[in-house]
Amino acid sequence: MRYAMAIDTKKCVGCSDCVVACQTENNIPIGYSRDWITETVEGIYPGLHLEIRSERCNHCENTPCVRTCPTGASHIIEGGIVKVNHEECIGCGACIQSCPYDARYSHPEGYVDKCTFCDHRINNGQDPACVSVCPTHCMYFGDLDDPNSEISKIVSARKVKVLAPEAGTKPQIFYLV
Amino acid sequence: MKTTRRDFIKISSMGVGGLALSASPVLGWVPGFLKIDDVIPDDSKVKRTPTYCEICFWKCAGWTYTDEKGKILKIVGNDDDQHSNGRFCPRGTGGVGMYNDEDRLKTPLIREEKDGKQYFREASWDEALDLISKRLTEIGEEYTRECIALFTHGSGGKFLGNVLKAFGSGSISAPSYAQCKGPREVAFIATYGKGLSSPEPTDIRNTRCLVLIGSHIGENMHNGQVQEMSEAIDNGATIITVDPRYSTAASKSKYWLPIKPATDIALLLAWMNVIIKEELYDKEYIEKYTFGFEQLKNHVKNKTPEWAYGITTIKPDVIRKTAREMAGAAPAAIVHPGRHTTWYGDDTQRLRAVAVLNALLGSWGRKGGFYMSEKLHLKNMNTPEYPKMKHTWRDAHPGKYMLADLALASGICDATIPSVDRECSYKAWIVNGSNLLTTIPNRKNTIEAINNLEFMVVIDTMPAEITGYADVVLPECTYLERYDMLRTSKHRKPSVALRMPAVEPKYNSKPDWWIAKQLAEKLGLGDYVPYNDITELLDWQLKQIGSSLEEMQKIGVKNIDREYNDLYILQGEEHEFNTNTGKIELYATSFQQEGFDPLPNYTAHPEPLPGFYRLNYGRAPMHTFGRTTNNPNLTDLMDENKLWVNPKVAKEWDLSNNQEVWLENQDGVVSTFPIKVRITERIGKHSVYLVHGFGRFDKRLKRSYGKGLDDSELITNVMVDPIMGGTGMRGNFVTFITEDPKLKLVGNKARKRNKSGNSAKINNKQA
Amino acid sequence: MREEIITSGRMNPGIDPYLHIWHWEIPLYLFLGGLAAGLLFFAAYFVITGKDKQFPTAVKYGPIIALVTIVIGLIVLILDLKHPAYFWQLLTTVRFVSPMSWGAWTLVFMSIVNVVWLFSYAKDIFKGYKCRFKFVLKLTKILVKEDSSNEYGWEWQHKLIKRFEIYTQDKRKAWAWVMIVLAVILGVYTGILLSAFNARPLWNTSILGPLFLTSGLSTGAALLMILSKTHSEKHAFSRIDILLIVIELFFIVHMFMGFLAGSEVKAEAAHYFLGGEFTVVFWINVVIIGLIIPAVLEILELLKFKIPVIVPGILILWGGMMFRFIMVDAGQITRFLY
Repeated sequence: MRYAMAIDTKKCVGCSDCVVACQTENNIPIGYSRDWITETVEGIYPGLHLEIRSERCNHCENTPCVRTCPTGASHIIEGGIVKVNHEECIGCGACIQSCPYDARYSHPEGYVDKCTFCDHRINNGQDPACVSVCPTHCMYFGDLDDPNSEISKIVSARKVKVLAPEAGTKPQIFYLV
Repeated sequence: MKTTRRDFIKISSMGVGGLALSASPVLGWVPGFLKIDDVIPDDSKVKRTPTYCEICFWKCAGWTYTDEKGKILKIVGNDDDQHSNGRFCPRGTGGVGMYNDEDRLKTPLIREEKDGKQYFREASWDEALDLISKRLTEIGEEYTRECIALFTHGSGGKFLGNVLKAFGSGSISAPSYAQCKGPREVAFIATYGKGLSSPEPTDIRNTRCLVLIGSHIGENMHNGQVQEMSEAIDNGATIITVDPRYSTAASKSKYWLPIKPATDIALLLAWMNVIIKEELYDKEYIEKYTFGFEQLKNHVKNKTPEWAYGITTIKPDVIRKTAREMAGAAPAAIVHPGRHTTWYGDDTQRLRAVAVLNALLGSWGRKGGFYMSEKLHLKNMNTPEYPKMKHTWRDAHPGKYMLADLALASGICDATIPSVDRECSYKAWIVNGSNLLTTIPNRKNTIEAINNLEFMVVIDTMPAEITGYADVVLPECTYLERYDMLRTSKHRKPSVALRMPAVEPKYNSKPDWWIAKQLAEKLGLGDYVPYNDITELLDWQLKQIGSSLEEMQKIGVKNIDREYNDLYILQGEEHEFNTNTGKIELYATSFQQEGFDPLPNYTAHPEPLPGFYRLNYGRAPMHTFGRTTNNPNLTDLMDENKLWVNPKVAKEWDLSNNQEVWLENQDGVVSTFPIKVRITERIGKHSVYLVHGFGRFDKRLKRSYGKGLDDSELITNVMVDPIMGGTGMRGNFVTFITEDPKLKLVGNKARKRNKSGNSAKINNKQA
Repeated sequence: MREEIITSGRMNPGIDPYLHIWHWEIPLYLFLGGLAAGLLFFAAYFVITGKDKQFPTAVKYGPIIALVTIVIGLIVLILDLKHPAYFWQLLTTVRFVSPMSWGAWTLVFMSIVNVVWLFSYAKDIFKGYKCRFKFVLKLTKILVKEDSSNEYGWEWQHKLIKRFEIYTQDKRKAWAWVMIVLAVILGVYTGILLSAFNARPLWNTSILGPLFLTSGLSTGAALLMILSKTHSEKHAFSRIDILLIVIELFFIVHMFMGFLAGSEVKAEAAHYFLGGEFTVVFWINVVIIGLIIPAVLEILELLKFKIPVIVPGILILWGGMMFRFIMVDAGQITRFLY
């Protein structure tokens, strides 16, 4: 089992529904977020290209955050989901420093927090909150190890890219370009 | 300066509430163990209640989830709902912030004066409603009851409108008409005998070609349309976007036509020219359903792409290619009419051109074009007849805007300022969920109108700027805390949706239906509200259609099958249009009768002077104008607007990213607040762009006060559409001020005193 | 033109607009750790080389300061934690892949060895021990008794302690080997803590370990130079310092050459120091004030110019501390995206 997400940049309009849905689903305090929207504009008017992306923890295969965690609070669960055990986290910030995506943050209660792929929803057979609300249906979630899953199909059919591949973390969020 | 009767009351707060960013990490040594809450509540204790969203006019139906303590957890779409297809947009998802906003109006307020200083006094509902009924009655006696007007935007307005009609005035208006979609409605009524209303019946999901002209699907988060555009992208449909700005939609398009602003009609005419000349139009459709093709053919004969190139800067081959592309996809092609259409004062004609182009493509009533929506009609309980009115809002503008099908908010505003050629002006306003200072252009004029009022009531959830001018302010509860009228808006299938409270109203706020009922009773109009509680009305209405309140509380949305299979006009089917000729009027006879061009013409519009840039404003997907800019969840996504400036312009003015600038318009109006610059290629050299709804100036809006800049205060040049009174707002030009004008003003004043002659000359030049 | 921006979300405090999750605590901790490593290295080194008699300050007094700096360093480290109530979790796990973890463990072992070391020299340090404060006397009475039979004037109360003392004194060289290894690990660790973060291009260079070790040794030597009472010891550390400064300069130059030859993000990171916003503060504080000027002063001093050693000593300590503050701050600003 290898959970992954694919995001179709041809459809994403950057509405940020994923961001706010994550906040309400996971009770994230105002002023913090586990996911975010970026945009890249290239070219000179009127010869332009715009790419909008919904970003979050990449649940990397090679996880510097888990490696540098001194207590084992950062760990990997079934399906390759990277999680933080709040009771083991001492808030040292090592994992925050390790993440090339800056996907982790220090929760006001002290522990480090991040995207969980909404594992509580996955366990109920639902998609992560961000995927389930996306008005453009630009996000796909599923098991990459299952060749019949929607995500496997779309990732193999379309041209994909990952963010900061040079960081060598083998991210599991794929952008369909 | 004339002292105003009505001072704007700013209830300032001590220090800005340290909400979001001040939350410092808690260095709690102590019971950290106990503090970790299990984020995810137990499913079995979670309750869901149906609602439909009130954050924007799309009114998506969904579910509000609450935990056992009555805390609202989240709001998600209802899978059966055609507006949302089970998915809310960011504003709907963040709707919980509207409920949680601690800046909300909490209790009725009454304006008082002491020692020459005006302030608001907290009052009980009874006291406030007594005062309102007393003042309305007095004004009705002194003038006429018809001089009372209601401005409303939102679901609660219906209740208030009924009370006003029962009281004897029919002047009910919403800025969403003359400031937004009015020209489009009039143009489509003139062409097809039917307006588009909301949600627009565009069959985007099935289209092969979508043409957007100044319409920014994706930045406007018209939920169903955004979803369908995404589906169209998946299906490989061609998108053609006409926009001087590289909008989100433009970035998804096969063709982006960066048109010179204010020249759209020329492009539309050239497209028609190509389609007619190359005989790409739907001949059978034109023959069978339309009127005036020959006149149109003649009219566009010389409107060649080459002609349009000189005007629009769009190359002739691009015009031809795109015309062929849409004709190739026809009838599964949509030239989207857009929604906010009040741009340059000739907007009804521009939208006429859009309507006519669609007719040439044969898209009206066709799959992938415009479908025939259907609405569920609910019965109403028996009430006495409304009194007959001698005057309507039209009398305020004798002989003008005859084609407008709804009251003009701006028109009522104008008719509140006394004038010699008007018998009487409006004397009292009831304003509900409509912040007129920022929704109606030319703020000076609006304030003058307010200052001429005898009485103003504002009903709102938030201390919007308009509340600062009110005599009585009533706190309305949010949509999450109330019942409302059933939603029966038209769609592919007729449907009904229920909104019910998920939680009790916070503070001392009340729903509109309750306010309206109390007011009706105090005015002696109780017979017009024949129910004790709104649930009686809803249950009665639902039982008439074979449902019940109980059922709807469980399902939220009910779709009903269409009576006939008439979603599209079938090939060769007879179809009667509600126009003078019974046909689609390419040549608008109604316009001809009123003395307007029956076929759209291009007219040139003013262009910015050197050093000035066209003020272009728009939408952000996470906000509904000013309505949401104080919502904690949505402010978290975007807390200020930025001014888009082309890099070349930035270089010329030596501007850098995030530098704060003030704007001054062609009439010398300077923005109250500065705005941060965003240097981006997404905007051309001749315009600047910002998102509407920011730059709030009421300090009670703690989160949004002074954040960003309000475009509406710079819109002083209003180009009124002669056909229907729409207020064209895109003919304003601005220049940058890089130093705080408040500091400069001190210097200026001193200078003015010395050489007042000189500065007057400078002012003239700018004007 | 290329414009890359975060349009919504991610206003996370400490993360955006640039990473600033580590403040003054971590650089101070790294400085103190490096200083302790330097002090203990020299203590052990001179015992191993049998020169403990010539270097009494390094061998006996340096470790006292080292122990103090380690304790302060640990306190500062805890202060840095955002969830300090869970501090104990650090000592329930051994995670060798996490520099933070083995750093914490190194410090634990180091402090044990440090205490043992001081214990073996206790009699020397407290020669002729005579306490003027009654309450201290009372407390120490549990452990210590007066004894005029030996040259130190006091003796341990318990035989077991006495026996352990003899053992540590006998095996001093062995302890010195343990300590020197730990000192090197500690010194290298202060650099590796940063260089293990692949995500911060400025830190991600293997030269940081040796560089921080050198810098730690250099600050240790500088402090010993200040504290030494004899001319010969002072001069020895002065010469050691000059050598360490030369090595450090060599490492710094190599670090930047490595960055410039590396990937785009690394080159960008280097530019913060080569024209960017950290240029002035780095080259003036660390290289000129912290390395070149003290080296020149020390050379002049060795050439018999009259220069109080405290001046180059303090400059080196200042430079070493600034180096860590700048590296931690600048490193956090360098990132892969946005």
